[in-house]
Amino acid sequence: MAHWYIVSVVGKDRSGIVAHLSSALFENGCDLGEASMMRLGDCFTIMMMVRHDGNTHSLLQVVQPVAESMGLHVHVDKVDAHLHRHLEPDVHITVHGADRPGIVAQVTGALCEAGLNIVNLESDVGGSDAKPIYVMHIDGIATAGVPALESALAIVSKQGVQAKLNPIEIMIA
Amino acid sequence: MAKLEILTYPDERLKQVSESVEVFDQALRDFIADLEETMRAGPGGVGIAAPQVGCFQRIAIVDVSSKPKIEHHGRLVLINPEIVEYADFVKGREGCMSVPDYTGNVMRPDRITLEYFDEHGAQHTLQTSGFEARAIQHEMDHLEGLLFLDRLVSRRNDLFRRKVYQ
Ligand SMILES: [Zn+2]
Repeated sequence: MAHWYIVSVVGKDRSGIVAHLSSALFENGCDLGEASMMRLGDCFTIMMMVRHDGNTHSLLQVVQPVAESMGLHVHVDKVDAHLHRHLEPDVHITVHGADRPGIVAQVTGALCEAGLNIVNLESDVGGSDAKPIYVMHIDGIATAGVPALESALAIVSKQGVQAKLNPIEIMIA
Repeated sequence: MAKLEILTYPDERLKQVSESVEVFDQALRDFIADLEETMRAGPGGVGIAAPQVGCFQRIAIVDVSSKPKIEHHGRLVLINPEIVEYADFVKGREGCMSVPDYTGNVMRPDRITLEYFDEHGAQHTLQTSGFEARAIQHEMDHLEGLLFLDRLVSRRNDLFRRKVYQ
């Protein structure tokens, strides 16, 4: 019986990673679900839902040869996952400031205490080696309301981080 | 009155361009009543366009009055709508009754001036902005055979654009 797995792939970036891996999965009868694939540093990273009729070992046998041929590491987890279970975020928070240790811990810690459930987070370091800047985008669900998050952000803003919250109004029509 | 069936993507008919309404009769108003019932039956639906139920005429209904704290003009029946002025592109998140379980960001003018006819054939001009303007433009896209999926913008480049300063 087919089951969902999360397949993680990490390694030095090169061209053809997505094409080769997805072909191998397709040719072996696997389905792709939701996925996040992106370059981080010099590496390419993939986290994807894969539906496979077999066990962890047989899925590894599909993915590992093609991954290893490109110098990539693979990890497979059998998960209790399903499609069409999206959570809709209701707030978007952008944070930026001079990069310094602890910035993510500080901001997400304050937001967590104020009831934020993070659905998606992307962060990046720009600027230069001498003057790095940190930029973070967070989509989340304000389980304790927006004012609680705004007060949390007002406190971290006093510590040199610029943070802005925008409610997400989804227009369905 | 009857609730109508909503076409869902990837139904090819959603790509069809709708025709202008020429006759403003009781049959038109009966159809609009059914269309409105269908819109109100959808969870959170603030608008609907005739092609979403397989009727390829330039008819849409928008009613965003259920949303708190926004400017709006109540229930709007928009027949043969045309945007005559627009300004200030902004990004907003959209979903669609014809595209279940997916939402995405779309850039649209924040302020529009619209000319349209109501269900009795009277012509109106409307200036609106924000959420209501977005809903109207989303519906007008349906009349052109376009979905918000055709206008998705990337998440990563939404707000910050990278620049290297020397
Ligand atoms: Zn729609």
